[in-house]
Amino acid sequence: MSLHREEPKSFSFDAETLVKAKQVIAKYPEGRSRSAVMPLLDLAQRQIGGWLPRAAMDYVAEYLGLDPIKVYEVAHFYTMYNTKPVGRHHVQVCTNLPCWLRGSDHVVSACKKTLGIGIGETTPDGQFTLSEVECAGACVNAPVAAINDDYFEDLDEESVTRVLEAIKRGEAPKPGPQNGRMNSAPLGGPTTLKGEG
Amino acid sequence: MLADKDRIFTNLYGQHDFGLKGAKSRGDWDGTKDILAKGREWIINEVKTSGLRGRGGAGFSTGVKWSFMPKEVGARPHFLVVNADEGEPGTCKDREILRHDPHKLVEGCLIAGFAVQAHAAYIYVRGEFFREAEHLQAAIDQAREAGLIGKNACGSGWDFEVYVHRGMGAYVCGEESALIESLEGKKGQPRLKPPFPAGVGLYGCPTTVNNVESIAVVATILRRGATWFSSFGRPNNTGTKLFCISGHVNKPCNVEESMSIPLRELIEKHAGGVRGGWDNLLGIIPGGSSVPVLTKDVCDNVLMDFDALREVRSGLGTAAVIVMDKSTDIVKAIARLSYFYKHESCGQCTPCREGTGWMWRMMERMVSGEAEIEEIDMLDEVTRQVEGHTICALGDAAAWPIQGLIRNFRPEMERRILARRQARL
Repeated sequence: MSLHREEPKSFSFDAETLVKAKQVIAKYPEGRSRSAVMPLLDLAQRQIGGWLPRAAMDYVAEYLGLDPIKVYEVAHFYTMYNTKPVGRHHVQVCTNLPCWLRGSDHVVSACKKTLGIGIGETTPDGQFTLSEVECAGACVNAPVAAINDDYFEDLDEESVTRVLEAIKRGEAPKPGPQNGRMNSAPLGGPTTLKGEG
Repeated sequence: MLADKDRIFTNLYGQHDFGLKGAKSRGDWDGTKDILAKGREWIINEVKTSGLRGRGGAGFSTGVKWSFMPKEVGARPHFLVVNADEGEPGTCKDREILRHDPHKLVEGCLIAGFAVQAHAAYIYVRGEFFREAEHLQAAIDQAREAGLIGKNACGSGWDFEVYVHRGMGAYVCGEESALIESLEGKKGQPRLKPPFPAGVGLYGCPTTVNNVESIAVVATILRRGATWFSSFGRPNNTGTKLFCISGHVNKPCNVEESMSIPLRELIEKHAGGVRGGWDNLLGIIPGGSSVPVLTKDVCDNVLMDFDALREVRSGLGTAAVIVMDKSTDIVKAIARLSYFYKHESCGQCTPCREGTGWMWRMMERMVSGEAEIEEIDMLDEVTRQVEGHTICALGDAAAWPIQGLIRNFRPEMERRILARRQARL
């Protein structure tokens, strides 16, 4: 891993994260706390604000009594661990086939235009990072973009721009379909399950 | 068309409360204790009789899979693992179960766990499904508080816990042994089989790994009877099924339908038809990105089930229907999938690690036409050197879409190469 970046020298869980970490470890059988490495790295990433410096990996390794290399290889294998800083809002546009068929190229270009950055870049104010991701698993609501933990669905140039502009203004736009449909039901209303129940 | 009264996932679109109260009003957790009281042999037999085949793609009999677990619990405890690492492009059905019908999954875990003599289930949810995992966790907490799981679950005398484990973005973890590795806190790289998980799985213990949908339908099957479930679809392809219809249709959607429904009927009844009409159809990938694309003439009449799609050299897979109309650059579409498999190869087996890169680069040449005609056969040859030569099926999954393209759209690939050559002259 590159060490040419300015990285925090030390890291430790805060009180709130420590409580969560104990709950996580309790899920796994006695002596199997290595299973907690993924959730603990996620907790560390959330505490820091979206990325994992090496100090956090080392801390998790020590916390679980693992060789650091075992934690590094996990942190580098899974794409949701960011090994360099990301913006406060991580915009992740899916461009896999079902999204591409429904215009994800336009969504990507609208994001670039609205944010003034390219794929893999972060705005100078540290507010937004733009990424391209593989299948988000919401294909019937394509095109889809995840912004942090929320999915914004059925996007087009206009609606993704609207969402991003709202976030820029400090608002919290409503996740889910942006074209008024109900979740994954057909636009205009379901063809099944129409009765009360 | 399947009647609403025969649909299992009655909160598919999240119209109603996903919580315990809503779930009970839809019939979940009704008489679970009585089901367990009939014993594990009855449960396994009933699931076998229902004809339920795994809904994660491979289509193996769920009841038979359960019967592979050791009959007696030895020194090693048994585990149930639920695969909710949904990531096969085109597929978004388990997401609906997790966020809108999580109690069906939790109840199914108890019944399946009891049947394979496990006291704990781990549900491995893909990391991106953060909100979905929150709903699932809420359902688990409600069930525990109500005594439906935990000590003496449902008053059955069986202790049973359910835990959520979130993934962090690796498609390969949808492969069951990679998922187990990941659950153990390692890189998600598939294990060599045998031994199979039923012998040596999570923490080296006997483990059953099932897809979300397979587990979530079990309680309803046992309540309504194997005969009810097997009355839908054709023999060996029974039951109801969640279909995901994406791409160039007027109204993309998820829907629960009878197995063996004609593909055309599925699309026209529920997804508003192909954009521009059925005659504007170019091709359909019927079961998620890993299965070969079908041409329109096949789509005209094919049924949506395991055997019918295998007969036309494709597959039901996850029943994720990706529709492409005549505006689609089909070569570019398949090249996009090749990029995906290159990106997701775990790097463990050389044919896949190197081959997915080779296939993607050759596919990019096919997209621009900057290739020789002979390279089409060379590309086909490369896919066959990857297929069947790797530990897991990711290599196969990378090879099949390209093989389907060459088999079904070779004239288009040749046309591009010739057009490019002519432009150069």
